[in-house]
Amino acid sequence: MYKMRRSLALSAGPRASRKLGNAPRRRKIGFLAGAIAMVAALGGTYAGFAQANSVKKSGKTVTIKIAIESNSNMLNIENLIGEFYKLYPGIKVDFDTLNENNERALVETDVSTHANEFNAVMISNYETPIWAKNGWLQNLTPALTADTSYDINDLLKPIRDSLSYKGNLYSVPFYGESSMLYYRKSILAAAGETMPLHPTWAQVAAIAAKVNTPSVAGICLRGVNGWGDNLAVMDTIVNTFGGSWFNDKWQPQLTSTPDEQAWNFYVNLIKAAGESGASQDNFPQCETLYGEGKAAMWYDATVAAGLITTTYPTVGADTGYAYAPTGNATTGASGVHSGWLYTWSLSIPKGVGEQADTLKFLEWATSKQYLDYSGTQTKVGGQPFGWADINPGTRYSTYSNPNYQKAAAAFYKITLNSINTATPAHSTDPNVAIPYGGVQFVDEPWFINLGNEVSNNLEAAIAGTETVTQALATSQTEAKAAVTSAGLLK
Amino acid sequence: MSDALATAQQLPADRGAPASRRQRSPSSERRKVWVRRLPLMPALIYMIVVTQVPFLVTLWYSFRSWNSLVPGSNKFVGFSSFSTVLSDPMFRQAAVVTVEMTASAVILSMLLGTSLAILINRKFRGRGIVRTMLITPFLVIPVATGLLFQTTIYGSYFGILDWIVSWFGIGQVTWASTYALPSVVAVLVWEWTPFMMLIVLAGLQSESLEALEAAGVDGANAFQTFVSISFPHLRRYIELGLLLGSIYIVQTFGEIFILTQGGGGNGNATTNFAYYIYKQVENADNYSLGAAAGVIVVIATEIIAVFALRLLSGLFQVAEGT
Repeated sequence: MYKMRRSLALSAGPRASRKLGNAPRRRKIGFLAGAIAMVAALGGTYAGFAQANSVKKSGKTVTIKIAIESNSNMLNIENLIGEFYKLYPGIKVDFDTLNENNERALVETDVSTHANEFNAVMISNYETPIWAKNGWLQNLTPALTADTSYDINDLLKPIRDSLSYKGNLYSVPFYGESSMLYYRKSILAAAGETMPLHPTWAQVAAIAAKVNTPSVAGICLRGVNGWGDNLAVMDTIVNTFGGSWFNDKWQPQLTSTPDEQAWNFYVNLIKAAGESGASQDNFPQCETLYGEGKAAMWYDATVAAGLITTTYPTVGADTGYAYAPTGNATTGASGVHSGWLYTWSLSIPKGVGEQADTLKFLEWATSKQYLDYSGTQTKVGGQPFGWADINPGTRYSTYSNPNYQKAAAAFYKITLNSINTATPAHSTDPNVAIPYGGVQFVDEPWFINLGNEVSNNLEAAIAGTETVTQALATSQTEAKAAVTSAGLLK
Repeated sequence: MSDALATAQQLPADRGAPASRRQRSPSSERRKVWVRRLPLMPALIYMIVVTQVPFLVTLWYSFRSWNSLVPGSNKFVGFSSFSTVLSDPMFRQAAVVTVEMTASAVILSMLLGTSLAILINRKFRGRGIVRTMLITPFLVIPVATGLLFQTTIYGSYFGILDWIVSWFGIGQVTWASTYALPSVVAVLVWEWTPFMMLIVLAGLQSESLEALEAAGVDGANAFQTFVSISFPHLRRYIELGLLLGSIYIVQTFGEIFILTQGGGGNGNATTNFAYYIYKQVENADNYSLGAAAGVIVVIATEIIAVFALRLLSGLFQVAEGT
């Protein structure tokens, strides 16, 4: 506002512009700005008091504030929150919805500095064990075990383990996923190709090249920067190529042969048969491209299976599902199972208020009841909805539910098996010794920063502003700096 | 006011004793000055609270090693954060990026702004509407501008640029990653051209008509008139525009945040100082490195600002003189 005033004063002509150098006027503006700011600050304080009073006076309504990531699964619960209010009329849930990178950064700052602005935060299996170890999160096991209706043993074991620290659950899974390959049966059939249930990357690349046309990309892959964006996909390929982030002495391995083979394979696959503009694409862009028939294949999170089925029924009916491709396409070596393991989960930071009421919401949001309730909806937020769209990958009961089995017949077994066979304890070749856990990440607190830097280099290599060799050399330097400053590499 | 009256009434009596009057005068002068300054105090105190206190806190953290992800890391470490920042190749690149981004955006928007100002200075039907439309980009919030460019100009699906290049048989271009720095600079130029235009327009409208008429009488053509009369007159305004533009554009953040997240080129082609500090604090949660980088940037800015302000006050003295 102040800036605008000044520029307008200038526009009024020479007289006004001279006044800019005139002391009294400057003071007047400064005073005005100060006064406005003071009034605003006082107003804010007053509003704060008013709010606090209304909550206290009624003694019934408690507002809990929750930071969540903005995937469609989270937006669904915002639309279905009415059901929660019916059960707990005294609790109001205030969602703070942000995109992945922003939500992560905000929550990380909030929890690590103990600002505790949120009663609950949405984090993942990356943050949970690290934060639990730091003593930042509330142990949920005692309360959840005590509440038999929650049925803690119904949670998928790999997901539950990934959210546990020393055997205790510090975060409850909202949905869980691995990665898988989606393909259009009709397009592959027209090209005389069939996709095995367990494809290799060499097969996928060959088919992608064959079906690639100017209007329909052979395969849609993530290219945009972010450790949970392009790098999540890249890491699964590095693993199955036999590569790793670090060796057992924490020496960075990004310039090692398998890493370089994997990166070259990924970048060349995108250039040869990927979607144009891949360096700006992420899950939502690929979902749209694939759903609208502009890509013949798509390798991404298993959670997309439900979205395709309901949001794009025509393409959904024509979609074949396969396990995450494996193998080193350069050497021909067969690689490890490469599906990732990921879950968006809800945690209560230590020291926040209203923990009992917050826990009620966490239980409801991750309960069998919520899954069953959402499965009966035919429309959520104006969009078609059904059993195939319920939050997958969290409970055994989902996979034994006949309604779900019927709606998700084509893919539910692949999702469940991929989650069960994911190897977060040792993601790469068993003969390669690594000092870290996590499939598509390194379970260390400094990884977010390193991952984001390396993902910038990957985006640059995909966009072609840098060669793969340059991108890996830079990444190697950045990785070395990260482990050195963490005191891991001497 | 009552002070002034009292002094006036006392004048006859004091006439015989100039020494005593001289003694009283400075203190009442000072009081008057302070009374005049009094309304300014809330703003001044507010400014100190919101700018100087955080700066001291920043200074404090820059000598510590606080990474909030590493419990127990908050210790006094002297100048170690400073040396880490200064030896970080990304920080040095951020310096180059900041200069490149600021200089190209300021120069381009000044060239465009000057051209538009010359056009707008003529009288034509609908001039008011055209002027308002030209000013509008400056009033849009940077983040909104970034989003607008991201989806409607650079976007792969709705982007107008891809549509235009497709006429020439060029396929999809990922503008924000292939041409990251130019993409950000283009947004900045779009935002800052109106600002430059307004300043130059102010200069054009203060031109002396007699001088222009005299030039016409002497047989100078339009081009000669511009080069010999208008341009020397405009120089001060252009310098002012360049200076103010640089001060603001050096702080660019929102456009980078939306468009490139600091990426492009070798992976950091659009990480300027502001974004570098943001990355240290938000991605790495390393408050000390962020604080140290902030302090270094403030010191560098102060040095440049001293020269810049000297130039600016010089400009105003000249402007007052004419």
